Amino acid sequence: MASSIPTTREAVIIGGNRIPFSRAGKKYVRTSNQDMFTAALEGLVARFGLQGERLGEVVGGAVLKNSRDFNLIRESVLGSSLAPVTPAYDLQQACGTGLEAAIAVTNKIKLGQIESAVAGGTDTISDAPIAVGDRLRRALLQANHARSTGDRVKALLPVLSHPKWLAPETPDTGEPRTGLSMGEHQAITTAKWGITREAQDEIALKSHQNLYRAWEEGFFDDLVTPFRGLSRDDNVRGDTSAEKLAKLKPVFGKSLTGEDGAPQPATMTAGNSTPLTDGASAVLFGSRDWAEERNLPVLATFVDAETAGVDFVHGHEGLLMAPVAAVPRLLTRNGLTLEDIDFFEIHEAFAATVLTTLAAWEDADYCRDELGLSGAFGKVDRSKLNVNGSSLAAGHPFAATGGRILATAAKLVHARAAETGTPARALISVCAAGGLGVTALVESA
Amino acid sequence: MTDSYTRFANGGLKPLVKKLGLPQPAILRRYRPGSPLTVGPVLVVSDDASAPDADAVAEVLTGWDLDVRRAADLAEGEKFGAVVLVLSGAEHPEDVSGAVLTVGGTLRRLAGNGRVVTVSRAPEPGDAPVLAAARAGVEGLVRSLGKELRGGSTANGVQLTGGAAVDSVSAVATLRFFLSAKSAYVDGQILPVGPSGTAGDVDWDQPLAGKVAVVTGAARGIGAAIARTMARDGARVVVVDVPPAGEALSAVANSVNGVALQLDVTAADAADKILAAARPLGGLDILVHNAGITRDKLLANMKADRWDSVIAVNLASQLRINARLLEEGVESLRIVSLASTSGIAGNKGQTNYGYSKAGVIGHTAATAPLVAAAGGTANAVAPGFIETEMTARIPFATRSVARMMPSLAQGGEPVDIAEAICFLASDPAVGVNGQTLRVCGQHLVGK
Repeated sequence: MASSIPTTREAVIIGGNRIPFSRAGKKYVRTSNQDMFTAALEGLVARFGLQGERLGEVVGGAVLKNSRDFNLIRESVLGSSLAPVTPAYDLQQACGTGLEAAIAVTNKIKLGQIESAVAGGTDTISDAPIAVGDRLRRALLQANHARSTGDRVKALLPVLSHPKWLAPETPDTGEPRTGLSMGEHQAITTAKWGITREAQDEIALKSHQNLYRAWEEGFFDDLVTPFRGLSRDDNVRGDTSAEKLAKLKPVFGKSLTGEDGAPQPATMTAGNSTPLTDGASAVLFGSRDWAEERNLPVLATFVDAETAGVDFVHGHEGLLMAPVAAVPRLLTRNGLTLEDIDFFEIHEAFAATVLTTLAAWEDADYCRDELGLSGAFGKVDRSKLNVNGSSLAAGHPFAATGGRILATAAKLVHARAAETGTPARALISVCAAGGLGVTALVESA
Repeated sequence: MTDSYTRFANGGLKPLVKKLGLPQPAILRRYRPGSPLTVGPVLVVSDDASAPDADAVAEVLTGWDLDVRRAADLAEGEKFGAVVLVLSGAEHPEDVSGAVLTVGGTLRRLAGNGRVVTVSRAPEPGDAPVLAAARAGVEGLVRSLGKELRGGSTANGVQLTGGAAVDSVSAVATLRFFLSAKSAYVDGQILPVGPSGTAGDVDWDQPLAGKVAVVTGAARGIGAAIARTMARDGARVVVVDVPPAGEALSAVANSVNGVALQLDVTAADAADKILAAARPLGGLDILVHNAGITRDKLLANMKADRWDSVIAVNLASQLRINARLLEEGVESLRIVSLASTSGIAGNKGQTNYGYSKAGVIGHTAATAPLVAAAGGTANAVAPGFIETEMTARIPFATRSVARMMPSLAQGGEPVDIAEAICFLASDPAVGVNGQTLRVCGQHLVGK
């Protein structure tokens, strides 16, 4: 390990729990973020016998939040079997929320401020907030502050003459600074790196096949607790095929043109893009002493993490390319290269996101010019990539994805180390809206 | 949850029900922590030859702060809570009539939810015919008396084997179980009890304190009741069920401060997973094989998957897990398996289930000496008709008839099975080994 990292104690991963992820509008239609995160917590408490336990902290969040969810994680803790004296707070970093929560709590464990923690996240598209437009909101607030009935009527009158103000605003995945959806942003990057439709479909197919196999093998028996009658992720298709994926029509990048003005082929479909999903996840961490005192399993250590941001607003870099910059910094600091990694868990926002990430690391010019490296960062062994599936198959409830990946990675390195007798490492990479990337390194313990 | 007929028959129409000669199921008294052991004074009766044993029994009962009587006299309006008939010394059938008839004379003054418990010796190989008759006769007496008693009262017998002392810890624990409300739905049963140590400091309120118990099929019904009752008795519980039942399972785990293990018991590595789950809590002490399924079909229409899946879950999984635990040499392991009255008397449409449950009774008897070598026991409990989600799916008419079949004229509750299992799994019951205890309200059919 590189000497540039100050010596602290370890933060270990004990285990995880999530509810099955469900496509938006299906099983969890009448379910709130608080319901889902509480369920994820309750399953975790049951798995490790934590009833009545005061944990150091529970941290998590949701990307899409209703105004009632202002203290979402604390409220979930209060609704759980954990001791009510367990503190909690909300945190949000777009799709990086779950992993950032893990960074936050493990840093506190490493510093000795807390002994144990849960990090996670939850998101629902089915119960997403619907806001009123700013003009209607201002009118309603003004009416609320009015002292007389006359003033109240006066405040509301403009609404009557502008029925369009009543139209609700639903959240979307559009970037506030560009107005482009995440898919359109990725489509630009996909075209720039010349990623083919076939390569993307292959990533999608692998994701479904791997996740389906992992379910069949019982890999998730101690990682997932059924919820609301759903006992498996309902997006995973064990019977999908390259032919079926090839039949889907493109949905993003349909009006892209090359530098010569000629139209570019659209390659991103509903099959190689992650569907909108509902779900929640939670991961249990502790100091090694805390885990050992309770005879709890220690799967892995949360070694280190690195975040990055990119300038996508001015078109200099792709929206979802921040992990490309974060990972070299993370590995170099730890004296590692891509060769030293046993499992790559690269979040599949889109199949193309994974492929542009891998392509960038293999490109010597890019790595020199953009990342300041001496040459290409390296090649990822594809047989080590998302070996038990990722977001394309499982779905991606934004803030819940970090916890899903972390628990899977911890279990994978633990099993590998037990099998080979040598330490195993996993690299986790999650891209996020706002040009953000959150990455982490996990090692068997 | 009392069934609607029992509620009806105990409501305002009680006299009418009696007049019409309809079945009169009583509201059974069930155990509540802190409630008295019996509903009134306890009479201890014996034949002359058993007098020393009767004295020993009376001393034990007195030690439990019971109002122990040695004569059948009662004050005006007073009723007996229980009668203990000690015949352990009887050597000739003609010796017992006085004691038996004394008991008979008390029955009209036995309180509702009263208890008659015999203490006798099992016929042993080599007994003279006369001795064998005196000992074997008790079983017929108990089973007949069970059918005679009313108002939720029961008759059961402690049957000493292998020279077990009448005041040995297991004999005493069995007597206490039969006297208590924990045996509410056990009726007409004789339980053989082998030798064990003396009753020292037994914590009767928390008999499973410090124990780690694993209960399979615990997400709902009888399994969930077992988990709750074990936790009440002081055990840390690992609850096991198939992964799709995980939501209900985690709720059970969290309600008993236990641990949830999502596991299919038919998996090849099930025993190792169970051991691993129990280890953090201090290691496996008690295993309850409760997981079971039904796939009813007349044998004429039986398909392989229906037969095989029932055998795999109800029987083969238990055998595989037990074999692995024996191989691991788990010390003082207490195994309790779920059998069924269907495995004793048979049930139409349940050849697969009946085979599996009779198989459980068989392997329990065979496993007993193997676990006993390391200080453990293996026993089974055979439920009769129990009110659960599973039996609620039986058609109404069939269900109503099934409820009326036992002497107690009603279905049992999941907690009745749980109480019997907790008793068999407790340290004091170590002398009870290889047995199948029926918890069936003395169902009409089968032994």
